[in-house]
Amino acid sequence: MQEGLIIRGLSAGIENKRIIDALDLEVPDGEVHALMGPNGHGKSTLANILMGHPSYVVEDGKILFDGENLLNLKVWERARKGLFLAFQYPAEIPGVTVSKFLKRIADLRRNPPRNTSVFLNELKENLRMLDIEPAFVNRYLNDGFSGGEKKRMEILQLLTIQPRFAIFDETDSGLDIDALKVVAKGINHMRGHGFSALVITHYRRLLDLVKPDKVHILEKGHIVASGGFELVELLEREGYDGIRRIVANPANPEIREAVYEH
Amino acid sequence: MNTESAALQPDASIRTIGEGYAERFGFSMPNRSIVKTSQGLTEETVRAISKTKDEPEWMLRFRLRALHLFQTLPMPTWGANLSQLEFGSMTYYSKPTESAQNSWDALPLDIKSTYERLGVPEAERKFLAGVGAQYDSEMVYHNIREDLKKKGILFSDVETAVREHPDLVKRFFGTVVPPDDNKFAALNSAVWSGGSFVYVPPGVHVDIPLQAYFRVNSQAFGQFERTLIIADEGSFVHYIEGCTAPVFSKDSLHSAVVEIIALPNSRIRYSTVQNWSSNMYNLVTKRAFAYDNAIMEWVDGNIGSKVTMKYPAIFLMGPGARGEVLSIAFAGNGQEQDTGAKIFHFASNTSSVITSKSISKDGGTASYRGLVKVEAGLTNIKSKVECDALILDPHSRSNTYPTMDIRSEQATMEHEAKVSKISEEQLFYLMSRGLSEEEAAIMIVNGFIDPLVKELPMEYAVELNRLIELEMEGSVG
Repeated sequence: MQEGLIIRGLSAGIENKRIIDALDLEVPDGEVHALMGPNGHGKSTLANILMGHPSYVVEDGKILFDGENLLNLKVWERARKGLFLAFQYPAEIPGVTVSKFLKRIADLRRNPPRNTSVFLNELKENLRMLDIEPAFVNRYLNDGFSGGEKKRMEILQLLTIQPRFAIFDETDSGLDIDALKVVAKGINHMRGHGFSALVITHYRRLLDLVKPDKVHILEKGHIVASGGFELVELLEREGYDGIRRIVANPANPEIREAVYEH
Repeated sequence: MNTESAALQPDASIRTIGEGYAERFGFSMPNRSIVKTSQGLTEETVRAISKTKDEPEWMLRFRLRALHLFQTLPMPTWGANLSQLEFGSMTYYSKPTESAQNSWDALPLDIKSTYERLGVPEAERKFLAGVGAQYDSEMVYHNIREDLKKKGILFSDVETAVREHPDLVKRFFGTVVPPDDNKFAALNSAVWSGGSFVYVPPGVHVDIPLQAYFRVNSQAFGQFERTLIIADEGSFVHYIEGCTAPVFSKDSLHSAVVEIIALPNSRIRYSTVQNWSSNMYNLVTKRAFAYDNAIMEWVDGNIGSKVTMKYPAIFLMGPGARGEVLSIAFAGNGQEQDTGAKIFHFASNTSSVITSKSISKDGGTASYRGLVKVEAGLTNIKSKVECDALILDPHSRSNTYPTMDIRSEQATMEHEAKVSKISEEQLFYLMSRGLSEEEAAIMIVNGFIDPLVKELPMEYAVELNRLIELEMEGSVG
């Protein structure tokens, strides 16, 4: 059994519209990969499908996580196996306090559950690391939070749950530099054996702080290019058009090292 | 860090509980009544009740006049459906024991074990200043802490008050809710039995709550308790009532009258967690007079019953008085919760807030029905009404009937009403953290009512959350 995430020949969509098309992707355990690509080409759809959003229909393919096919599992079963999605637009849950919620999700994921004082110590530690005011945990979950607060909340949940695989769906969008650093800190803190991640983003600035092991470009529901950090630089210089040209002509020696057709 | 570990504990609120109403509350004991009137309601019934209680003549006359009113007043033509309510097939009085005791051990075993199963003695030990327990028609238990008794607080059944404090009773009884107020107030006035009498002397603060627990054990039975609470000047009291009944196939009726007098500068909070069984008609008239600078608060939780019609009212009688009604209703399969509030501003510089939250599911109907009235010529009046409804499935209904009758120009009125559903995005978000669909839905519903549940004492808050869970079980997924 190979640890980590393996996607093979995944085709999926919504209401008879195929969005993900024969997609292959591997994120081995211990690695952090970036997923980039133009808007509307399936990045968020892929994130939602990995987590099991009921609105999407999977037509074909497999998603293996630590050797098990996730497609047979319900959303919460995937979560309890260690999958985590940091949402682009986290839902607001009025009336549910952050502290109570964090305790509950920590208990669900970890076996045996932490006792309250251990949990509180960890929570204090995490709040300090993410530069979050303690009073924050008495608020209702995401209710009336600013964009930046919602993203910090996602990272706080990441550290609380300690998942085995996390997807960050444009967690960096709309963040100021301080909040961005907090997000990067959270991801880097998790990094290591037993954790892998897919960071969906449009921008280099988060990747400068997180330094992905690999970068993938998704277009029309398909991975069109994969490479190292050079791919991010190339993308910044050439844009998606440039990537398309290069992919169409892989013989170009200047870029052969940076890009290969998937 | 200001998070206390205690705040994390009511995880009971999001735990799935396996037992249902029938096991926890819906059990019954053998009928043990020592005095019982025959089925139906006649003058004989009323005379028999009065005679058993060995009442003074004035009270018998009060009852007979009320009976006449009951027979002549029309059924309400609005509100919930009462067409199946059969007055003729009910028993109006059943006395389970000779007299009220102030020790649980002195009660007959079946009655004692009933309250133990309901957790009443335990609650008394833990967090109550005094407890009254009514079983069918009579208070079988009544006790108040010695130190409070010494401060002059009176807490008894109303019959005892009629005997021992006739001046207080005569002065206030039937003045807040007169028998001719409505058909069910007339009915209660004719056959009332049991209920609490509370008097708090000037300046005395009762820091922990008094509680009355109303239990119906008989079948096709009417419970008609009558409660009278008087907070003298500058005093404070919090009174809680809980109610449950066995599940029977025949309908029962609970028709209480609650009269509250908040004298100048006093504050009264009255909290109800009503969890009657699904064969209960719950038709209750609750009203408070709040005098100068007094504060009256109704916290009204309606979970159970077949039909409830209840609109706790506050008459703001003196300048500076303030009234607040918080109401939570849960309407499940076959249930109709027609609840709300009535506020009358009779004096200047008065304010009121009504906050209502309802949840309907499995074909249940929850209606908010409210009235805010401001008399002419008053100044500096403020009122705010907020109604939120959560509808859990397409078979269920929520209605809002707000009425504002404002005859004064210097009044600031606010009204907000909102109807919502549990969104798929909320469910997906919570499930992505490992909560099952059912637990996610329960968490959202508990969150919806949390701002009101917080106003209840902790033990009741947990209980209410547990009840919501029971009601929600199997409703999704």
